[in-house]
Amino acid sequence: MKLYLKVWRQEHRESKGKMIDYEVGGISVHMSFLEMLDMLNERLIQKGERVIEFDHDCREGICGACGMMINGRAHGPLSGTTTCQLHMRSFKDGETVYIEPFRAAAFPVLRDLKIDRSSFDHIIQAGGYISTSTGQAPEANSLPISHDTTEAAFDAAACIGCGACVATCKNSSAALFTSAKVSHLVLLPQGKLESANRVIKMVNQMDEEGFGHCSNTEACEVECPQEISVLHIGRMNFHYNKALILRK
Amino acid sequence: MKQTTLIYKMIMAATGLFLCFFLVIHLLGNLQLLLPEAEARAQFNWYSHLLSGNILIKIISYVLYLSLIGHAVYALLITLKNNKANGQKYAYDKRGSVSTWNSRNMGILGAIILIFLVIHFKDYWYEYKFGGLPLDGKGNKDLYAIVISSFQQGWYIIIYEISFLALGFHLLHGFFSATRTIGLYHPKYAKAVRVFGWIYSLLITLGFMLIPLYIYFNLNL
Repeated sequence: MKLYLKVWRQEHRESKGKMIDYEVGGISVHMSFLEMLDMLNERLIQKGERVIEFDHDCREGICGACGMMINGRAHGPLSGTTTCQLHMRSFKDGETVYIEPFRAAAFPVLRDLKIDRSSFDHIIQAGGYISTSTGQAPEANSLPISHDTTEAAFDAAACIGCGACVATCKNSSAALFTSAKVSHLVLLPQGKLESANRVIKMVNQMDEEGFGHCSNTEACEVECPQEISVLHIGRMNFHYNKALILRK
Repeated sequence: MKQTTLIYKMIMAATGLFLCFFLVIHLLGNLQLLLPEAEARAQFNWYSHLLSGNILIKIISYVLYLSLIGHAVYALLITLKNNKANGQKYAYDKRGSVSTWNSRNMGILGAIILIFLVIHFKDYWYEYKFGGLPLDGKGNKDLYAIVISSFQQGWYIIIYEISFLALGFHLLHGFFSATRTIGLYHPKYAKAVRVFGWIYSLLITLGFMLIPLYIYFNLNL
């Protein structure tokens, strides 16, 4: 099949970018979206042009490195998938496809489709951990955790930090990401101890990075590759309000 | 206290829920307009007089004014911050396909409601307080008369009906969104509150929409 691509090309962080047209023929429907871009890049190399840069790592849908806006949707037209798990069978022969980086003031474009997601790291560094003395692993049965609790914490911890929630949010809010991190720790006994401080620190950091407000449109849950529930945002709000009321 | 995004949203939720509560009281009061004409005039004017003289109502009305202003001002501040957070726009944007139209356009809906409120306050609130209204048979200001006469005009009805539709869609997202902001996260109750929000929005919207139409078609004075 043949596609008409419009790809965002930008030299570096400070430069102005623009959409460039590419005509790509000989695409197999079995290719992943990233393999299609690889093929285009090889052709660009043969022509002596600079390749289109994009983030990727595992290409199994579990690392969160890849991510771009494809035809105006985060990670492309499918819900609950990463860009690497999107295949060319989701497109029609002769279709025009717009490819842009995830956009948010807190996600500056580094080059082409590559963005800087350090702001997510800063939110984690602000409180996404537990303080514990290291040493020998304690006896596992000394800390009983029910199966349901484990599963609920895992559901939140499944967040791969790809940034699709921010990219698809009309306000570029990081509420789903931050709440997933808050939730997965607050659900477990190890994380409960620091829950009040953690949620305040992480929310403060989220604001500092310049993310917007959550309007509860719930678009993030639809585009999230891990389908993290928006109810975590409710849980974060609950713990944040509780922390504000109870803190000394 | 540091004003975080979550605190801004809490102010929106608290003022919004108070306004939701006020709408119920307002609608219940307005239902008196549906009584037979003579009865409605005496009843409605007596009710208006009762409200305007009550100290408790006075206090609540100040909370109401503050809530309205706060809700609008914070909405503006939030929108400004969100625009800044968005940075560069997408060249091709289909993000709207994964969320509802009203949830993304609360600002537009709110602006329509705000314009409506200016007209609404001018025509009834201002007239009642500062305009020289004639008195009815029992010596109460005849608010009923100006309500009925204003709803004889087709264009006036249209403004009201459009505003109530905007209000309905605003409530449809706003009520549930406020409960999420406050921190309701239990799946069972979150679902129940959402359904309650739908029913609430429908009843409030239809209730308010019915009254002008009823007056227009039944009380052609």
